Amino acid sequence: MENSYYNPADLAKFGNVTEFQPEMGRKFFDYYGEVFKEGALTEREKALIALAVAHAVQCPYCIDAYSTDCLQKGADETQMMEAVHVAAAIKGGAALVHGVQMMNKVKELSM
Amino acid sequence: MASTVKSLKNQHHQFADPFYQLQVLQQPVKQGETFPAFAEQLLEHGLYPLQPTGTTILQVNVGKMCNQTCKHCHVDAGPDRKEIMTRETMQHCLAALDNSPQITTVDLTGGAPEMNPDFRWFVQEICKRGRQVIVRCNLTIILANKKYYNLPEFFKEHRVHIVSSLPYFQASRTDAQRGDGVFEKSIKALLMLNEAGYGQENSGLMLDLVYNPSGAFLPSGQKSLEAEFKRRLKNGYGIEFNNLFCITNLPISRYLDYLVNSGNYQNYMQKLVDAFNPAAANNVMCRNTLSVGWDGYLYDCDFNQMLELKVERDRPQHINQFNIKQLDDRNIVLNQHCYGCTAGAGSSCGGETVK
Repeated sequence: MENSYYNPADLAKFGNVTEFQPEMGRKFFDYYGEVFKEGALTEREKALIALAVAHAVQCPYCIDAYSTDCLQKGADETQMMEAVHVAAAIKGGAALVHGVQMMNKVKELSM
Repeated sequence: MASTVKSLKNQHHQFADPFYQLQVLQQPVKQGETFPAFAEQLLEHGLYPLQPTGTTILQVNVGKMCNQTCKHCHVDAGPDRKEIMTRETMQHCLAALDNSPQITTVDLTGGAPEMNPDFRWFVQEICKRGRQVIVRCNLTIILANKKYYNLPEFFKEHRVHIVSSLPYFQASRTDAQRGDGVFEKSIKALLMLNEAGYGQENSGLMLDLVYNPSGAFLPSGQKSLEAEFKRRLKNGYGIEFNNLFCITNLPISRYLDYLVNSGNYQNYMQKLVDAFNPAAANNVMCRNTLSVGWDGYLYDCDFNQMLELKVERDRPQHINQFNIKQLDDRNIVLNQHCYGCTAGAGSSCGGETVK
């Protein structure tokens, strides 16, 4: 094993996951390629969504890949940071909305 | 725009030396490993030796003098560069045109081509010969001195096709690459060109913009980026233009210096190599374009010119020996920087090469 769980060089080896299961791997990458093509959303919008999700799932590979991809597709720094704030707001909001559950329980148990 | 930044040449910088640049491009990147030779990639795809499909464009670099000193410039141009094409060399270019009716377009570049004292005469002479003129105008030159203020009208009079660099629709990335204040002046110059009719529907006056990344990343999605540029420039400044060309930065001169000194060289080259696209390789611009240096020497492209890689040795070397038949029957000189033109959707002076 490497002496670090995350090695930047491993990002370029992503495609190698087909080595242990070719059929599923190929299907995944075909699907992946299709998802990021221009459709109802532009490629730049999709890259910004991916960047936000990358932060939400805290994947260093994805942050590396989609920071570059956003730059390549012409997104500006403000758009990229706003995308990260969207992720942060949803992550924070998701924690905070459970406060309602806590309040429900507290009220249930309190006199 | 007064610039105090010296060119690499006048800093006596090692990256001003084409031989040193070629050494860097060919040296092992780690433990004896080198990037695959570009020529071998072409061989693998049945494209070697790479030969012209027929020259229709003469790209003439009329000098390295420029009012800007852009950080990525492959010419290492700037106010301190004195290499300027003489009228005598221009006359050889005109004679070449007279003998080569298949050349329909003359693409003038520099430096800032407008700074050559014979620039306007040269444009007029080319137009008299019924050829389309493209000028690679850096925009700020129009505002650099009173004598240039009427350039938009001069361009209009000669139906010059304008191609101008604007690396981003915001000041931050534009100025980071091209110098402080360049974005604001570029916007003013674009408005002047629009006022003259450039980029306006049905005017027939073509104004194209060039996007090249301000950093160690590749361009992607020319069509989508064009739509974004159009939206931002129209909404923000009322500017209109025709097409956006995405151009990849090639790893030579100042950009190579930037890549090496920022620690991005290896990853950038790897990206170019990984993105090698045979379809883009098939459409590279050196197959229909010949490049003339300020001193009249002939090259396969402007990048080879800066690396001093002249056209194949047993072919005419100078514009005063121009023979299109012999030149169209040549092998194009290749090196590792050529990966820049074949990555992804390809890159040329007209943008992507794979539609």
